[in-house]
Amino acid sequence: MKKGSLERKYTITAYTFLFVPIIFFLVVRFLPMIFSLAMSFTDWNLLSKDINFIGFENFAKIFSDEVFLKSLWNTIKYVIFGVPLVIFLSLIIAVMLNRIRKFQWLFRLLYVMPYITPLVAVSWVWRWFYQPPPMGVFNSILLNLNLSTQQFLGSTEQALFCIVITTVWVQLGYCIVIFLAGLQTIPLEYIEAARIDGASRRQITWKIVVPLLKPITLFLVVMQSISFLRIFTQVYNMSVQGSGGPLNSTKPLVLYIYEKAFVNFDMGLASSASLILFALIMFITFIQMKFLNEKS
Amino acid sequence: MLKNDRKYFVFSYIILGILAFFMIFPFLWMIFSSFKPSWEIYDMKLLPSSPTLENYKNIFTFSGFPKWFLNSSIVAFITTFSVLFFDSLVGFTLAKYKFPGRNILFILILSTLMIPTEMLVIPWYTMSQKLNWMGSYWSLMFPGMISGFGIFLMKQFMETIPDELLDAARIDGLSEFKIYWKIVLPLVKPALGTLAIFNFIGNWNAFLWPLIVAQDSNMYTLPVGMAYFSSEASFQWEQIMTGATISTIPLIIFFLIFQKQIIQGIATQGLKG
Repeated sequence: MKKGSLERKYTITAYTFLFVPIIFFLVVRFLPMIFSLAMSFTDWNLLSKDINFIGFENFAKIFSDEVFLKSLWNTIKYVIFGVPLVIFLSLIIAVMLNRIRKFQWLFRLLYVMPYITPLVAVSWVWRWFYQPPPMGVFNSILLNLNLSTQQFLGSTEQALFCIVITTVWVQLGYCIVIFLAGLQTIPLEYIEAARIDGASRRQITWKIVVPLLKPITLFLVVMQSISFLRIFTQVYNMSVQGSGGPLNSTKPLVLYIYEKAFVNFDMGLASSASLILFALIMFITFIQMKFLNEKS
Repeated sequence: MLKNDRKYFVFSYIILGILAFFMIFPFLWMIFSSFKPSWEIYDMKLLPSSPTLENYKNIFTFSGFPKWFLNSSIVAFITTFSVLFFDSLVGFTLAKYKFPGRNILFILILSTLMIPTEMLVIPWYTMSQKLNWMGSYWSLMFPGMISGFGIFLMKQFMETIPDELLDAARIDGLSEFKIYWKIVLPLVKPALGTLAIFNFIGNWNAFLWPLIVAQDSNMYTLPVGMAYFSSEASFQWEQIMTGATISTIPLIIFFLIFQKQIIQGIATQGLKG
């Protein structure tokens, strides 16, 4: 067979294999993406049949909607409280776990379990923990210690933090495993050499280990930021009627999008809000790329 | 070993132990509560004084739980098999054939990883409605039938298979599809295993899309059913804990069997970044 015809044969084979996947990616990923972008500039409402192009009106509308601004602010709060907490805790735990030899596998197993569990189940168990006395586990502990009981999910000030804590509990295992994988790539000679030079354990950790983990930390910061930006399931299940309450104090962007689209059927407005979420995710991804390029 | 080292080790084990307790305490509470009779549920004791299977009996007789369990299983199994088949086939094609458009296709597939699901659910919903898919398993499953991340993973693994192996098979007269099916797939079994585990867990736990699309209680998956029945006033906490336990137990068993692969799977996710 000539070279040209062989090449043609492989091209045909390749496109036969790729036929269904190409259609899938077009119809289920790219067209919906374009559709979603286009719809954010229309007044499309499932209840009325006609669709009109209205330019940036949806964006003007949501940015003057107090509930939207509140959801946007809440989402930012989830990221700025949740991400540093989960990164810091998992780094400390990973460094400790990396030093011990016996039972390391057992600890890893226990820490990763929440990450695997259905988030809906996790949310309801934690919701019960946060209940007011006499049902709530945390409040009965507080009572036993003679401390004053707390509102937790019932308070506009505490509810968001309660959800952050639960989410950190879920995400911790994932970050620990990735940090551990990173720690195992650090050559032992570096640490030995520092030891011989008389560096203390704390110096070794903060001056050698942590800086060497920088690319992994950056990766985790981005992944965790995106996952906190997309927070939904735990808020839906930990607030009364899935409303993101009390008084919208825990409502994140995704819940706002969900309500606009599937409760009010205001698809155009919901698409605009989802475009803003997409822009935030893109922004964080680009920052990561920039930092990674600077490094290399 | 230095004297101060031993102190440090003891300290580490204590801290790690306390933390591990915090990590599993909610599970213990959930599981033990599911065996408590209703009059004992508000007692703040971990262990039930007279364990009962009453809650399990109730949940299976009074609600759609068996159906929801079945729905979740069907969705998770079928999407996982579909992802394994298509992702490995696409990964193989991209890794082993040179053809015009290959790089562009790969970049386009990778770029889909950046599109958040939240942006796609509205178009998917309209699509399902227009095509009359609503209320079918197909509507629950179609968005997850092929995964961009899986294709990436498969391509990376398949690139390590030597071309000579494939050429030898060609000389023996195997068709291109048979080369993929009989030679290449068995060689990437570990990667297929990891992909299968993560897809199964992801689909079993999925919430947003099933919540939108499963409008009839007959079509609920376990997480959606959990969310609905828990927010109904007539349900009691001991039943909610039982529901939570039922939706978690398959994954705990799964996890204990495949723990090594799951932990390695998470680790490989991180190191590619």
